[in-house]
Amino acid sequence: MAPILCTNCKTERALIKRPKNHKKLCRSCFLTVFEDEVHHTITSSGLFYPGEKVAIGASGGKDSTVLASVLKTLNERHNYGLDLVLLSIDEGIKGYRDDSLETVKRNAVQYDMPLKVVGYDELYGWTMDQVVETIGKKGNCTYCGVFRRQALDRGAKMLGIKHVVTGHNADDVAETILMNLLRGDLARLSRSTSIVTGDSRSEVKRSKPLKYSYEKEIVLYAHHKKLDYFSTECIYSPEAFRGSARSLIKNLEKVRPSAILDIVRSGEDMARLVPVENSSSCACKGTGRSATPVAGDDENIGGCGSQNGRSSGGEMAAMEQELKDNEAHKELEIDVANTMPATKAELKEKLLELPIRSGPRNSKAVSRQVLGTCERCGYMSSQAICQACMLLEGLNKNRPQIQI
Amino acid sequence: MGDTTASTPTMTAEVEMIPITVDFSGGLEMLFSNQRRHSLEIPATDKDGKPCNIASLIGYLCENTMKDPRRELFVLDDHIRPGILVLINDADWELEGEEAYEIQRGDNILFVSTLHGG
Repeated sequence: MAPILCTNCKTERALIKRPKNHKKLCRSCFLTVFEDEVHHTITSSGLFYPGEKVAIGASGGKDSTVLASVLKTLNERHNYGLDLVLLSIDEGIKGYRDDSLETVKRNAVQYDMPLKVVGYDELYGWTMDQVVETIGKKGNCTYCGVFRRQALDRGAKMLGIKHVVTGHNADDVAETILMNLLRGDLARLSRSTSIVTGDSRSEVKRSKPLKYSYEKEIVLYAHHKKLDYFSTECIYSPEAFRGSARSLIKNLEKVRPSAILDIVRSGEDMARLVPVENSSSCACKGTGRSATPVAGDDENIGGCGSQNGRSSGGEMAAMEQELKDNEAHKELEIDVANTMPATKAELKEKLLELPIRSGPRNSKAVSRQVLGTCERCGYMSSQAICQACMLLEGLNKNRPQIQI
Repeated sequence: MGDTTASTPTMTAEVEMIPITVDFSGGLEMLFSNQRRHSLEIPATDKDGKPCNIASLIGYLCENTMKDPRRELFVLDDHIRPGILVLINDADWELEGEEAYEIQRGDNILFVSTLHGG
């Protein structure tokens, strides 16, 4: 069979078939197109300003390694003027994170970026190994996820950095959209589609420059650029990737590769139907102010960080609890109807029918909570005591019993 | 192409073997003795005398190379698990005919998982 030529340069052998448009590209055209698209995402959403210090949440895995590599390339090519730093979280899991941290250390040398490692032990007094020793493996991902989210913010603060970028890709975003859709969680649906999260009070904003990049292309980019990355499964949540939403995404991609970006776009369209004042208020650390970036937490709160937005049982449980907590809040879906242009009325009808679980409709209402700070640690929280401190309280109570 | 092969049950020992390299990465190496590269000699034809293609290679790998019992992490419903990329001599297998691609002497087949975390 004669080699297929690149549809772009028409000289080199095509090695990649792009999932989004079936274009057949050679290695160098693919690398360029991939970088150009990330550049487009960055410039069209005004993600950075010149001179900005940006921390790259780096796990040593494919997504964050590609993100670091691409940002370094683009920063130099397009003179973003960014001051890039690698920020890694050490959960304290022997035989897992210590290996991937070695990869991050190599990345720091390869990309000539400073590296900051923040450990759960120094932040919380607990490593994940100790947490699992205390509570067992069940539900440990909830602890890890809650700790991680604060850890990235706190690590950034230590470095005096107000912007953390993460390697969430289009597959991650599509999966989160589907899960929020199935739960009927409008606030999170809106938030999860936003490229920038973090409210004015949170001091550290988050963004995902690879939001429109297919996981397949990220892996191919890493392969064809021969990037040094580490792939593993957390020893405490092995095979977490077998989550049903993830499988659904991959099966959809197999049938119709454009499905992933279609879901991302649809999610964005649906998010626009969520009233602005509500989308900027977040179920767990919303803000009273308007005109902020889309508020709130990362979609992988409570989930295992190694899964980078992938789901876990703990996350679902946390969401359920929050949905219950939200029941007291006022019904906002009626407002949606009133502010909706007539032509969108049908769409909105659909939106309301989405919740598949039985139960009172107002339990699915977009919630509004007021952001404050945690009484214990001073970290932003919508509750008097933040989630991390609540979990720590439980852990610390159990510690003496376990150690005896 | 290769319909000249006799369909009579010849001695399996006479089957021509072809050398290939098979690579696993992105976490798949865990299922294959934690070894990234496997240099293999595979039968040029299958039981029915048809030239070995990617589909039969996958079956061959499951039976002969994979020591890990968790076969479903590699194969689902007799096909490669969605989310695992296959590169034939560095080219996406979608450009090469996917499972029907007939394996040539010296080919490099790479299986990369996109499913694993960091």
